[in-house]
Amino acid sequence: MVRLNVFLLLALVLCSLGVVTSQHKARKLFQALEVEQERARQLEVEFGQLQLELSTWGAAPRIEKIAREKLKMSPPEAARVIAATPSGGRSQ
Amino acid sequence: MMHFKAKVGHKFAESPLLQLRLPPWRSRLVGLLILASFGVLIGRAFYLQVLNNDFLQEKGESRYRRDIEISASRGRIADRHGDVLAISTPMKSVWAVPPVARLTSEQIGQLASALEMDARQVAQKLNTDKTFVFLRRQIPPALAERVAALKLPGIGQDKEYRRFYPTGEMTAHMVGFTGVDDKGLEGVELAFHGQLLGHPGSRSVIKDRRGQIVEDVGSIKLPEDGKEIRLALDSKIQYLAYSHLKQAISDHKATAGGVVVLDVRTGEILALANLPTYNPNNREALSGAQLRNRAVTDTFEPGSTLKPFTIALGLDSGKVRSDTIINCAPGRLTIGRATISDAHPHGALTVAQVIQKSSNVGSAKIAGMLPSQTMWQMFDDVGFGQLPQLGFPGEVTGRVRPWKSWRPIEQATMAYGHGISVSLIQLARAYSVFARDGDLVPLSLTRVDSALATGATVFSPKTAREVRAMLEMAVQPGGTAPKAQIPGYRVAGKTGTAHKLQGGRYANKYVSSFVGFAPVSDPRLIVAVMIDEPSAGQHYGGAVAAPVFAAVMSSSLRTIGVAPDAPLVVAQTPQTPKALLAAKARL
Repeated sequence: MVRLNVFLLLALVLCSLGVVTSQHKARKLFQALEVEQERARQLEVEFGQLQLELSTWGAAPRIEKIAREKLKMSPPEAARVIAATPSGGRSQ
Repeated sequence: MMHFKAKVGHKFAESPLLQLRLPPWRSRLVGLLILASFGVLIGRAFYLQVLNNDFLQEKGESRYRRDIEISASRGRIADRHGDVLAISTPMKSVWAVPPVARLTSEQIGQLASALEMDARQVAQKLNTDKTFVFLRRQIPPALAERVAALKLPGIGQDKEYRRFYPTGEMTAHMVGFTGVDDKGLEGVELAFHGQLLGHPGSRSVIKDRRGQIVEDVGSIKLPEDGKEIRLALDSKIQYLAYSHLKQAISDHKATAGGVVVLDVRTGEILALANLPTYNPNNREALSGAQLRNRAVTDTFEPGSTLKPFTIALGLDSGKVRSDTIINCAPGRLTIGRATISDAHPHGALTVAQVIQKSSNVGSAKIAGMLPSQTMWQMFDDVGFGQLPQLGFPGEVTGRVRPWKSWRPIEQATMAYGHGISVSLIQLARAYSVFARDGDLVPLSLTRVDSALATGATVFSPKTAREVRAMLEMAVQPGGTAPKAQIPGYRVAGKTGTAHKLQGGRYANKYVSSFVGFAPVSDPRLIVAVMIDEPSAGQHYGGAVAAPVFAAVMSSSLRTIGVAPDAPLVVAQTPQTPKALLAAKARL
């Protein structure tokens, strides 16, 4: 009887310790998850900001300005345009 | 203590109290009472713990459980290629609780430099009786981190979303803007507010003493971010339309103007530009004139751009054919007490030439052959006097008076676009009946992925093709708008020059317009241009609006990659005699 009781007590202690560690581990993992989720949110925000930046740098007025002023480009005159058609570089 | 010890001198069994003989019911009664009180306690405990445990549970939870809101951001607005036109990004707002924030002048200096503000200004804001003041709203997160690093008492920050419009004034009228609390106030922001709006979620968590989240309890309500709206707008075409319009307005010293570009096949609005405009990112000192989305909310008398509709109705009802001769001499026509006149008197013209030369008299004569109800019905069918159904704020119906009250002179003037008012977007849409085979395309602000949209048929395909041919003549030499021509493409269109009504009288101010489409062999785009009060000498649609049309149309066609359908001017392709011979052989 006493032996059984001691055995059960030991089992109980072991189980309780198991519960404590698993709870602890769960919390640790949960915090790690939290951190990663926060990072995901941050990345999403950054993505938005980069998209904004992309739109700002790639805005048509800016491209045209740089093309005209810095690169000295201009639209070709009509006389120099050849339309590529299946019949070979001639207009239809 | 000693005293007490001395007292307990005799044994318990010898206590004189035990010698007393009390009636037995007394002890039983006491025992029963004690038992009964235990019963009450157990009952109460049962009641609190099992039957009615909500209250205590809630109290308990409130000690450790916190409800956190998970913010949702407003949806993006993007153009048809996915380029961002409006986006929300989180910013920080720094606030202070002045009674708590007792800062030394040195701290104020630090705070001010972190906020990039004037130290005196910060001190002034802190020196109030109010319990809460915003020091600076919507600053970049990096700046806010520097403020947080100072760890000053009574200074805190909140996350706030701010809306950015990278394309700025170019797309201002189309995209619109939001006000406080992310509420859409103008344009697409208002029209699609319901879809753009995000719904914040919430979650209950257990927080530990350090404020860190330890565990999720209960269910999580996920936040719903606002949906992304894909507009039909092509930001490149929009830019072309905007910049050419801007150029024309400054060249002709006009007060305002608008350009609409439509896709003939799908009814998508590829560009919608208005001037004057504003910068949606910085909306201080906005005036109503800047805010107005003229192409949608302003109506004007379209003038000659309406003639093709009268002619088409004449053709469709069989009253005239395109080669029927209409006598337009001597360039004047008197109906009742009013006289209609042509800008340049013409003699006898065919119906096609009435369009080509834009004769008021000719159009009025054709209108005279038509019943007023049929004419009204046609105006109604092509969308005049009706909402364009875009969901745009402030869109207008224009004005087409009920046919029963038309007098003959009114019907005659309506034939060439006076006494009727339309918005530019209505006019552009109405031209889809000629660009397509007689049916009116429904407009769409958002991208349409399915193939051909179908509309209600207004004219027969034969009529539509005939009018298309007449409209092509109008931009050719001998027409009113040779300046609308584009090398490499066949273009069709009609000019309009209308006197402006001021206080019920026609003033010496004009609205010049041009509506047209290209390429004629298989129309892809409709471009409508309206220029308000050009005052640099020229005011005819053919001189003011047509060049804008040509510039916008040619660059837009190139942008969407439409193959040229007209021979480029012959001299342009450098060819060897050999190649020429080969070409001839092929022909």
